[in-house]
Amino acid sequence: MGRYVLRRLIQAIPLLLLISVASFAILKAAPGGPLAAYEANPDVRAEDLERLRTAFGLDQPLPVQYLTWITKFAVGDWGHSYAYHQPVLDLILERLPNTLYLMGTVFLTVLVLAIPIGLLTALRQYSFFDHVVTGATFAFLSTPTFWLGLLLIIVFGLQLGWFPLGGMATPGAPFDLGDRLRHLVLPVATLSLVQVGSHVRYLRASMLETINQDYIRTARAKGMPERVVVLRHALKNAAIPLVTVVALDLPEIFVGALVTEQIFGWPGMGRLFWDAATRFDYPVLMGILAVSSTLIVFANLLADVTYGYLDPRIRFA
Amino acid sequence: MGIWTRASASPRADAALQGEAAVRQRGQWEMAFTRFMAHRLAVAGLITLIALALLSALAPAISPYDPEKTALHLIRESPSAAHPMGTDGIGRDLATRILYGGRVSLSVGIAAMAVAISLGTLVGGVAGFYGRWADGILMRVVDAMFSFPRLFVLIILGSLFRGMSPAAIVVALGVLSWMTTARLVRASFLSLKQREFVEAARCVGAGNWRIIFRHMLPNSLAPIIVAATLGVAGAIITESTLSFLGLGVQPPTPTWGNMLQDARDELDRAPWLGIFPGLVIFLAVVSINFIGDGLRDALDPRHVIGRR
Repeated sequence: MGRYVLRRLIQAIPLLLLISVASFAILKAAPGGPLAAYEANPDVRAEDLERLRTAFGLDQPLPVQYLTWITKFAVGDWGHSYAYHQPVLDLILERLPNTLYLMGTVFLTVLVLAIPIGLLTALRQYSFFDHVVTGATFAFLSTPTFWLGLLLIIVFGLQLGWFPLGGMATPGAPFDLGDRLRHLVLPVATLSLVQVGSHVRYLRASMLETINQDYIRTARAKGMPERVVVLRHALKNAAIPLVTVVALDLPEIFVGALVTEQIFGWPGMGRLFWDAATRFDYPVLMGILAVSSTLIVFANLLADVTYGYLDPRIRFA
Repeated sequence: MGIWTRASASPRADAALQGEAAVRQRGQWEMAFTRFMAHRLAVAGLITLIALALLSALAPAISPYDPEKTALHLIRESPSAAHPMGTDGIGRDLATRILYGGRVSLSVGIAAMAVAISLGTLVGGVAGFYGRWADGILMRVVDAMFSFPRLFVLIILGSLFRGMSPAAIVVALGVLSWMTTARLVRASFLSLKQREFVEAARCVGAGNWRIIFRHMLPNSLAPIIVAATLGVAGAIITESTLSFLGLGVQPPTPTWGNMLQDARDELDRAPWLGIFPGLVIFLAVVSINFIGDGLRDALDPRHVIGRR
């Protein structure tokens, strides 16, 4: 087990390097470049442009630029933002907690809703409740996140006026938990509804499969109360595939947060990425791409490891 | 003989069969078609999708309005008989723009998937058929591509080029979405390679190309078709998200995504602008997902047992 994790971690290194090379290549292959704004400005003299180019290291050959970036990156110097005039790492660390706060709330909401709903639909298969939930999950899975956000804004923000339209808190107001929570509702609902749909589907299918197993019949046969059979014997086993799905969906929430943060003006990593992309802020883009691809690679590893840990029938090869 | 190639017994066997009982020979595809038609939601999805495509294609014949011409005396009219979905902030008929937008949104989704499926089949086929180091390298590339958040890369490309043409989106989406197909084709090829009928084909002297295209590919089609269908839904959502962010197809060309971007600043005054284009995206995506579901049941009969 320990050796398996170690091997997977070592395998992740070349993978992440490959991803960083590709990210670097995409950014560098693009027209314009970070100095495009200055080049377009007739007031900027040619020798100043040259000086900037040298200062940013843009006069070096590409492989040298990449090596410089990656060696500095490894020791925590992630470069300097062109647009914010701040170290990239500081910028990211400043925004990351806001995104994690949003993602964490979504994550908990999804689990709290998906597990009981998935369980009930499986136990009452083909009931009215099951049909309604199955229909609803299918609908949410087919809804673009951004449109769901717009709809929630139209209905609950503008028409009913129940929740604020964006931001993390009322600007200028002193800290108020109720205010914070009200700002959280719409973005969390936007991100959660789609995820709840997919998790309910998985849990329902997995639960239906488990409930027909021999050991469930055995548990019933020896007189276990139904509650114990369902919760201890069936749910525990049925939840194993769900763990994998949840771990694999973490990056999805992260990417979904990008759009949601954009719609609701949430000052997180997604907004930062968006701003950096539209302002050609390469060091910031590289930093966020590195963070997010690392997150994806580790979410994959986490999924595999927890799966094997929870289900002893899986052997680590 | 693959399971998916139409069973073509000899004429004599056919005659014998007809003599014994009036059993009509039915190929696998025909049986799959029957199963698909029995899936009511999938058929409804197919009809909806065809209707959407036809309405978009025939937009100039259906709508009396110009999708791009502004009409300042008709700004933000709420839905009425003359404008069933209302008009937007510069007086354009929303229903007309949705019809024209469907041309871009639907064809981009389908074309992007076609690119992705071709690439994925090629890569997965090479990896699965040749195995060894080709497999090792290609599957690492697949892993790396999977770790790239697709939307992030599209946003970077979109902002670098200040928006993208429909063709550029097709290529970019295709190049970023082929990995699932590659894994499916590879897995299928790896197992088919060991099967007797492939061995038999090799014994009678069939070359690699013939084995791949005549025997292995037809037997791998079922999962590819299902993945392709569901992939179209994903591509439509991604394209509309990109256009919604202002980085996809640029105005005045309407797409369902950039119409919603226009709507964002007017949600308080004209909520219908934010509702109808999204509703059409939803309708298209739901339809495609139902078709995918139906195809899965139709093409893989074993799958049905656990469901419904």
